Amino acid sequence: MTSAGTAEPTMKSHTAEPRRAVGFLAWLMSPERRGPLLVTPAILTLVLVNIFPLMWSFGLSFFQYKANRAAAPVFRGLYNYVSVLTDPEIWARFQNTAVIVIGSVTLQLVVGFLLALLFAQEFPLRRYLLMLVLSPMMLSLSAVGVFFKLFYDPTLGFISRFISMFTQDTFVILSTPVKATIAVVVADAWMWSPFVMLLVLAGLVSVPKYLYEAAEIDRVSRWRRFTTITFPYIKSLLMLALLFRTIETFKLFDIIYLLTEGGPGSSTETVSVYVFRLAFQFFQTSQAAALGYIMLFAVIVLTSLYLRAIQTRKAEP
Amino acid sequence: MANGRELRVIGRAGWGRTLGAAIVSLLYFFPVLYIILTAFKTRQDALAMPIKFIFEPTLHNFYSVFVRAAIVAADGANSTGFGLYFFNSLFIGGTSVLLALVIGTSAAYGFSRFPLRGTDTYLFIILTTRMLPPIIAIIPIFVLFRVFGLSGTYTGIIALYTAFNLPFSVWMVKSFVDDLDRDIEDAARMDGSSEWRVFRKIILPQIRAGLAATFVFAIILTWNEFLFALLLTGTETRTVPVQIARTLGGQVGVDWGLLSAIETLFIIPVVLVTFMLQNQLLRGVTFGTIRK
Repeated sequence: MTSAGTAEPTMKSHTAEPRRAVGFLAWLMSPERRGPLLVTPAILTLVLVNIFPLMWSFGLSFFQYKANRAAAPVFRGLYNYVSVLTDPEIWARFQNTAVIVIGSVTLQLVVGFLLALLFAQEFPLRRYLLMLVLSPMMLSLSAVGVFFKLFYDPTLGFISRFISMFTQDTFVILSTPVKATIAVVVADAWMWSPFVMLLVLAGLVSVPKYLYEAAEIDRVSRWRRFTTITFPYIKSLLMLALLFRTIETFKLFDIIYLLTEGGPGSSTETVSVYVFRLAFQFFQTSQAAALGYIMLFAVIVLTSLYLRAIQTRKAEP
Repeated sequence: MANGRELRVIGRAGWGRTLGAAIVSLLYFFPVLYIILTAFKTRQDALAMPIKFIFEPTLHNFYSVFVRAAIVAADGANSTGFGLYFFNSLFIGGTSVLLALVIGTSAAYGFSRFPLRGTDTYLFIILTTRMLPPIIAIIPIFVLFRVFGLSGTYTGIIALYTAFNLPFSVWMVKSFVDDLDRDIEDAARMDGSSEWRVFRKIILPQIRAGLAATFVFAIILTWNEFLFALLLTGTETRTVPVQIARTLGGQVGVDWGLLSAIETLFIIPVVLVTFMLQNQLLRGVTFGTIRK
């Protein structure tokens, strides 16, 4: 709260001025209302376009309502939540999501970390090579979905071709649930491991040089140097990367929708895709809203953990 | 630390490291390279196996993007219509990002310099609206847009994207304003500068680069957005990602050359801009929550 402290004197110097104009405008423009005035447009926009609809759908989750019918909503209490939470179909979707999140985030963290180690030192052409590694992140999720469909194509795709060179068998991603899941995880991890690399790089360069120099003098082994000096500095950033990527992967929609459409069967259908189906294919609008709120709760918890991790990192020396 | 222009490093290595990094980079870049190469290939070359690295480049696909009358037409029309979709993407993206940037900068400055009671809570709620799965937000918005006749209109999608970009703008710009040295502005206030003057003459020039970075990242995010556009744009307001996805479902074989050309048109400016903004990249991809 350093910001509050420094803003104080300026506020006082302004209130000390004699007030000439009176009336609503003067009241509105007075220095005490400067903060509220500046943030109001933003808050208003978010309330109108985001928060009001969310409230509305929260209300809706207690009713029975289908967006494609004219029938008025009927109050059903917690019915939608109960039916959602007891539906084995939905637990299967949560399980799919968990598998994809764990698989993809782990892969992103490991690969991203290794990439960071590779790029932490200065070497010729580093800046340019770094751009190449970062290029996947510049594509869109939908483009990754669309083009990986081509790359995994059994006859045209170079990834499928490459794999079948080893297996002597045509590679069809939708042939088994495991293959489809791995295909999704690989596409997502390819796209986002550079993100983890960026964060870890930031951690690596924040390690004070004198610590390494001291370790050099004391002839500390490489491994010990890593565990006692480097790791503590990148720990908080790894945590941030983990939380951020978990939130984002949890929401994963575009890649799956375009690449596997949830198949084969429903083995790669995540909660996001399922909510989409519920809402816009089966028109179970209120049930979809209820399931959406369960997701929202998870995201709020993760986001607050993320912000807490940021505060912890700021507090570190 | 040097000049802060580039990502910092923790030591030096020689050409050996360059070789290793080059192999890894090419592995990462290969799919992107594949897309770019395909954009310059004829239909035969694009589907040829093994992959052709040496071929006679053609601009036919780029020509098709804007002018062609042909294949995609799943709905009977004989133009790809991508001219319109490019315009839509640019117009919708540009307008909403500008709006979000103006509103967001005002809020960011307010939160940074004139904190209210509960500023942290506001900021948390603002970030949450960005983090929440878009599928949750889209259900009520889809219904409400139909009620108010907004679906398929520019107004509707621009309003939605403005709100979508707002949390990002607030957090990003705030991170830049927070970084500024306060002594100068406090001195100006002491000398009797009006608040507006302080903002325009002292704050604004210092965060100009930050605003540019925010604008660019927001444009990339908006341009790439798929779900909202899929559900809320009509034939007239459809954006590029939606049209790309639609061509996948067509009856005739997918024209990969055309899709690659579209993607290439977008990748090249993005990569160039990202290269210039390398030192802001971390901030950009974490919505301004992590600076260094």
